[in-house]
Amino acid sequence: MKVIVCIKQVPDTKGGVKFNPDGTLDRGAMLAIMNPDDKAGLEAALRLKDQYGAEVTVLTMGLPKAADVLREAMAMGADKGILVTDRVLGGADTWATSTTIAGAIRNLEYDLIITGRQAIDGDTAQVGPQIAEHLNIPVISYAQEIKVNGDKVTVKRQYDDRYHMVEAKMPCLITALSELNEPRYMTPGGIFDAVAAEITTWGRADLKDVDDSNLGLAGSPTKIAKASDKVRKGAGEKVVPESPEDAVKYIVGKLSEKHVI
Amino acid sequence: MDFTLPKEHEMARQLFKDFAENEVKPLAQEIDENHRFPRETVDKMAKYGFMGIPVPKEYGGQGCDTLTYAMCVEELSKVCGTTGVIVSAHTSLCIDPIFTFGTEEQKQKYVVPLAKGEKLGAFGLTEPGAGTDAQGQQTKAVLDGDEWVLNGSKCFITNGKEADIYVIFAVTGKIEKRGKMMKEISAFIVEKGTPGFTFGTKENKMGICGSSTYELIFTDCRIPKENLLGQQGKGFNIAMHTLDGGRIGIASQALGLAEGALETTINYVKERKQFGKSIGAFQNTQFQLADMATKVEAAKLLVYKAARKKDEYKSNPKVSYSFEAAQAKLYAAEVAMEVTTKAVQLHGGYGYIKEYDVERMMRDAKITEIYEGTSEVQRMVISATLLK
Repeated sequence: MKVIVCIKQVPDTKGGVKFNPDGTLDRGAMLAIMNPDDKAGLEAALRLKDQYGAEVTVLTMGLPKAADVLREAMAMGADKGILVTDRVLGGADTWATSTTIAGAIRNLEYDLIITGRQAIDGDTAQVGPQIAEHLNIPVISYAQEIKVNGDKVTVKRQYDDRYHMVEAKMPCLITALSELNEPRYMTPGGIFDAVAAEITTWGRADLKDVDDSNLGLAGSPTKIAKASDKVRKGAGEKVVPESPEDAVKYIVGKLSEKHVI
Repeated sequence: MDFTLPKEHEMARQLFKDFAENEVKPLAQEIDENHRFPRETVDKMAKYGFMGIPVPKEYGGQGCDTLTYAMCVEELSKVCGTTGVIVSAHTSLCIDPIFTFGTEEQKQKYVVPLAKGEKLGAFGLTEPGAGTDAQGQQTKAVLDGDEWVLNGSKCFITNGKEADIYVIFAVTGKIEKRGKMMKEISAFIVEKGTPGFTFGTKENKMGICGSSTYELIFTDCRIPKENLLGQQGKGFNIAMHTLDGGRIGIASQALGLAEGALETTINYVKERKQFGKSIGAFQNTQFQLADMATKVEAAKLLVYKAARKKDEYKSNPKVSYSFEAAQAKLYAAEVAMEVTTKAVQLHGGYGYIKEYDVERMMRDAKITEIYEGTSEVQRMVISATLLK
């Protein structure tokens, strides 16, 4: 069984988000980490490795520095790392990114592709499903549980107020939620091996069946007008009713005012 | 000279830091209060390879260097001195002598499960009448057919009742040295559960309270002849060699305690307000912190240098790291005591309350000036080299 896990190096938003004066993210001022949803996806793949001896390849697209997350993934137990990096790929939106990654994956054999649901720096949740679309394979998003049975996967898919049990024949793509599992730590020996390991580096020329017009900034239909930190919610309305009856009356009134009931 | 850490060490530090914050820190206060050995942490450390960091992969270890091991003990000790010494005693005092002096069979039988963390190790040299004076040993081992018969007791043994495999020193005879009759000391590997091997008092200590410190008692304890470690009569050399390495572990523990206390204090003085401003705004606080940070950094350089020297020894056994290990342990231990004491002082009344980490850190720090060679012994080792 061969599993490809797509991972992304993202700025750690734990300590707050920092912006450049022009409104773009100041990546240099923030620590770089492996995107949490992707890490859960990697853990899911490593569990398939533990259970079925799956071969796990991690793939990322980014600056040469993004090799750091590949090494971290390899120190956790991934077998191979592939970095897709090229100046012409810079400034890619989700469309150009998924086109690039699909172009890289076309060079590889796989049964399963796992991506994170979304990256904490963009929060679009588009790249995973788009990769599946490019590769013409089924996609199951928002996985909170993954089981492999022969050539099929059964996934518990999170939904707003329920979950779906979805089965798909492999090859297919799954997008993972960080709630999927508790990712393992690296091991000291794994770190030493990962640092010494060769990382495969691919550029534009290595991408299969992709058109230049779909790559990089030029191939990105999305144009970012402005980026900002999340707007904090207001303090809300504080009411102190005189009796429980008044409280109920007030709440019911508010709910019908908002057309909830 | 390059002071930048290689990539693998940077990554390893991040790993140890994350593990310490998530898995070790939440238990530190509770295990101290209840004098409870953190078995669950040891199991987790075993899972991630922390119990055999400097051991080659073919012997079940991680194949890393001494510096990585030192950084592991350091990061663990930043949040919990107990957890730091569990790893240190296991690795430096039990695995290291068996790996260095053991036969291939002994390495396969003992180092492999120890390095994988399936078994926990301990070391028994100290006796009620033989601390710094290792010649005062009373425990005896007599060869009887195919077995050594051990009689005597050991005290203050770290990982005491929790360990599975023990490196034990005993008197096996008398030899003449420089015209004087001396005790001949030999080293042995003893497994828990061997008939005649029992545990005595559990020590009620000032610090490192989660660590299991016990008296070991041997009463006609028969172990196989092949459990002699190294040559008969070479026990003293084995013990001294082992303690040289152990000192790097304890120096790392001391360094971690000092760093932990410093970090905690920096955060505290920014928050704590008196006379309308944070106490960090007072020059006294600033000067204290400056001194603490400078000494911590100096200790770190000595500890890392000693670890590097031990790695040099691994590829060239002619290299000695005894001097560097003694300097690192002496200085780091004294800095740990000074910095944790100042940390308590800067915390004021709160620093004296058990809910605050610095209170525990100060109690934990004291032992680093005592075990695996007191500060006075380190000064003897250092000056002996200077005056050679």
